Amino acid sequence: MELILEQIRSHGAQTLSSLRALGKLSLFVMDATMLCFHAPFKWKRIVEEMFHIGVKSVFVVCLTAFFTGMVLGLQGYYTLSRFGSEGLLGGAVALTLIRELGPVLTALMVTGRAGSFISSELGSMRISEQIDALYTMNINPIKYLVSPKIIAAVLAVPLLTAIGDMVGIFGGYITGVVMLDLNSGVFINNMISSTDMSDVVNGLIKPVFFGYVLAAISSYRGFFCDSLRTGGKGSEAVSTATTSSVVISSVTILISDYILTAFLM
Amino acid sequence: MKREYLEITVGLFVMIGIFCIGYMSIRLGKLDIFSSREYVLKARFTSVSGLKKGARVEISGIPVGKVGDYYLDPKTEVAMVEMMIKKDIKIDTDVIASIKTSGIIGDKYIKLTLGGADQHLKDGDMITDTESGVDIEELISKFVFGKV
Repeated sequence: MELILEQIRSHGAQTLSSLRALGKLSLFVMDATMLCFHAPFKWKRIVEEMFHIGVKSVFVVCLTAFFTGMVLGLQGYYTLSRFGSEGLLGGAVALTLIRELGPVLTALMVTGRAGSFISSELGSMRISEQIDALYTMNINPIKYLVSPKIIAAVLAVPLLTAIGDMVGIFGGYITGVVMLDLNSGVFINNMISSTDMSDVVNGLIKPVFFGYVLAAISSYRGFFCDSLRTGGKGSEAVSTATTSSVVISSVTILISDYILTAFLM
Repeated sequence: MKREYLEITVGLFVMIGIFCIGYMSIRLGKLDIFSSREYVLKARFTSVSGLKKGARVEISGIPVGKVGDYYLDPKTEVAMVEMMIKKDIKIDTDVIASIKTSGIIGDKYIKLTLGGADQHLKDGDMITDTESGVDIEELISKFVFGKV
């Protein structure tokens, strides 16, 4: 009997603690988001964060997008050639990239590249008491550290997605036209005629949301790395926070992608 | 120097990104920055089965516009199609609008056959002569069951 009670109690404690964590996350994200719109705007900090989140991720985003585009071209070609409609390859590659793969892959890459950076940076600032130092100097650390990251991510991820889409379409063009000898005019024309403004808008709303999610979650994990349930103290807390921020952001991105697609359809 | 480098790379990144967004919107999204360069013509068809919003409207194979809205006309109870025609294309009053298919399973489009009248249709005018699309299934069934 006591064993069962103990079981139920531990479940209850777990539920309560995850609810507490969710509440803390929501309050933190709300704070950071509100502070994004409060003057004075830290332009220099935003540019710095744009550099870390955006510029430094360009290479890896282009690389993944390029090879994804190439493999889409290859796979699409072999599937479409069974129906004798290789001419649709351009549209297939462009639509897949613009609507779905571009936003998601870019967001996942940025999470791996910049999300881990954000959370380890904030985490090590927390354990070396730099965040507390900011408090004592009467500087709001959320305003100074977190809000610029969120603004930068919301701006940078759509731009990265657009760059990735273009590079991916170029990759598809390389396989389709250069390697598999499709007609280049057919490829490009089909691409243009089958994409619509709604596809482009769709593909640019998603990354705004993804950028927001990944910056908010990574900042939260880093900012509170010493008070996580699983993480220890010191450097271990930073590593746990970094790992969990990447995992949680990626999962959230994939789940919210489905929900966003369902809503935007 | 460090600061300058950082700002230059961020500036470049933003410019390239905006260029890509612009290219996608204008080229792939067919964003019309100078909008309302079209006028609307209406036409009644007995059947618009298979026609989609945004389908081509063409004259002698040249695209001159696209299909806007289509709905059941409450008065006459036949399909009413609105066509957005480019401003610089003049359509004669005795034009014939017909729904055609490109390829055997391809998309439906509207073909306009111009006549020789002197007057041109204006925004909101109605095309009187129309031909609905050919229903291949119906044709085959007529042939099979010997009603030809």
